[in-house]
Amino acid sequence: MPMAQVPPMDKQAHLLLSLLAKPQQMADLDLQTWDVFIRQARNADLLGRVYELVAEYQLFDDVPLPVRPHLLSARRVARRHRAMVHFELGNLLGILASLETPVVVLKGAAYVLAGLPVAAGRVFSDIDLMVAKDHLDEAEKLLKVQAWLASADSYDDKYYRKWMHELPPLQHLKRHTLLDLHHAILPQTARLKPSSAKLFAAAVAVDDYPNAYVLCPEDMVLHSATHLFQDDEFKHGARDLVDLDTLLRHFAEDDGFWQRLVSRGEVMDLSRPLYYALRFCQRMLETPVPESVMVQAARVGRPVGPLAFCMDKLLERALVADHPMCVDHFTGLAKWLLYIRSHYLRMPFHLLIPHLLHKAFISPIKARRMERKVESRPTIEGLIAENKAK
Amino acid sequence: MIVGDYSIEALQGLISDSGLRFDVGPFTVSLQSSLDKFAADIHLMYGAYPLSTQPFADFHVRLDQPFGLRRWFRPQTNFTQDGRTPFKPLPLVQSFAMFEWGLNWCVSSQSHQYLIVHAAVVERGGMALIMPAPPGSGKSTLCAGLVSRGWRLLTDELALISLDRPGEVIALPRPVSLKNESIDVIRDFAPTQIIGPIAHDTAKGTVAHMAAPRESVQRSGETATSRLLIFPKYSPAASTQITPRQKAASFMELADQSFNFNILGELGFRTLKEVLDHCDCYDLIYSDLDDVIVQLEHLIDANGTGTADG
Repeated sequence: MPMAQVPPMDKQAHLLLSLLAKPQQMADLDLQTWDVFIRQARNADLLGRVYELVAEYQLFDDVPLPVRPHLLSARRVARRHRAMVHFELGNLLGILASLETPVVVLKGAAYVLAGLPVAAGRVFSDIDLMVAKDHLDEAEKLLKVQAWLASADSYDDKYYRKWMHELPPLQHLKRHTLLDLHHAILPQTARLKPSSAKLFAAAVAVDDYPNAYVLCPEDMVLHSATHLFQDDEFKHGARDLVDLDTLLRHFAEDDGFWQRLVSRGEVMDLSRPLYYALRFCQRMLETPVPESVMVQAARVGRPVGPLAFCMDKLLERALVADHPMCVDHFTGLAKWLLYIRSHYLRMPFHLLIPHLLHKAFISPIKARRMERKVESRPTIEGLIAENKAK
Repeated sequence: MIVGDYSIEALQGLISDSGLRFDVGPFTVSLQSSLDKFAADIHLMYGAYPLSTQPFADFHVRLDQPFGLRRWFRPQTNFTQDGRTPFKPLPLVQSFAMFEWGLNWCVSSQSHQYLIVHAAVVERGGMALIMPAPPGSGKSTLCAGLVSRGWRLLTDELALISLDRPGEVIALPRPVSLKNESIDVIRDFAPTQIIGPIAHDTAKGTVAHMAAPRESVQRSGETATSRLLIFPKYSPAASTQITPRQKAASFMELADQSFNFNILGELGFRTLKEVLDHCDCYDLIYSDLDDVIVQLEHLIDANGTGTADG
């Protein structure tokens, strides 16, 4: 581990989000601030987003020369990702067409497919699809024949199939693309119970592919919020918050969106994550959430006083850029507590304790055994292969 | 001012504190490290590189020992860029090699303002000789030999090909990585060259680096125009053989050795085509460094004017 300098949670830690909240400020940054900004944006996987904002606000001439290659480079990676998502979606939706049942494209891939502004400059680590639970086995079989295989170890494989809302991650044998095949957006054991049937019923058909859908705008926001605020790792915390902000700003152009969003949150049993989403988007990215909507979302989704206070303290640490300079003495503890919380939300204690013990003691031993077998030192061939896989 | 203007102690102070910022080809590197003796390696291998004058670095990298027992028991080095660790730690004695490999990773994964090909590039009379080759082919040995006989080093590993100036190669002169027998071959062939710390038992066998010649570092700002594309192969006791090679096959090989051909898409294809349009392509078998260097000099001098045909 690097010997991270530990500054207080000052301006530097919030530089990334404060600039994304007010992109016009990029016009007046000195080179030293760019030096910090670029590094935070890169670690948060938001460099491509920064390029898009610079282009949108026509600030490229204000960007100092040494900084420009980083933005252009990120743009190229983002365009490549986007092209790959289109390619893989064409492939996957083709394979699953014979199910003759709706396939809902989720998260990043859905943003691309629906042509939403949030897709601009975004990079992707996997593709998420959802089919009804009855069709899951058949879908997996169809995918298997086309070289999409589950690669989890035997414990994880069982764990996913028994308790989770998705199959263990599938990976394409040759291209190494990762695919999460869902039947719900939260684990079956989770405390919140959003209905998959309601998600399917409200989903919106996509023109280019038969049987392909994306979630309706309200559900898209709710899913993004659920993903961010119920998940165990905040590795992409800043990126996910930016996704939410961009989605909200875009959908808010439709009359009545905010009201529909809050009502839908109640219907889907997701008022809590929606409250966090609106609160932190407003606080950290200055998303224009109407005051009445904030009040209403708080009434149905805000936790009781002390808990709300603690969650504020934890989340404000988890949502800044994942960079040593954005870390204070409590960041590690905050992330650990959020990790425990996510598991507590995900399953009841009698399942949680054995699972965490397995993850803490058995998994590392297995991982080490695997590691001994695999020579993992850096080689130039490895680097080429790694870049190609992107 | 150059890195070597500092004493080793002063360098150590910088590296262990706010960081040493120096220019390597088109990139500015900010290096920090808590390792005891790292400044000596940097002083030896990067002494000729200019100190950066701007408050912006392309890559902020660190080398540190991991915490815990491994500090004393089989000590290790960790490479990090902004807190991210692309590789597993390596034994402490391989720290310098790890810095080199780490920097390769930074450049190859984050610099898509160039088409990047795994190849050595050397220059003579403004013309670039590009040598893509799988490891073990003798590419680096030949590269070290050529630059020891007056050719200019543009790169030993990462050829940066311009996307807006057709066929131009940008210089990224860095230490040349020598493996196993090559280390002694180059020591005998060019005794005045600086050879850095030797790391035994790495993934690639024994590895040592030859510092880039001072003149190559000073001329980092000059590009070179692609002219010869050579696929070298060392073969013990073989006499030098240079045979023409098909352009289409050469193109495919170059694409295959590229880090970001896919990311660049059509632009990558067009850029590579420009390189091939500028180049004559040959297969090369060699064992005698003196002989092969003379023959390559004849070849590039004879090809000096006009564009490639065939």
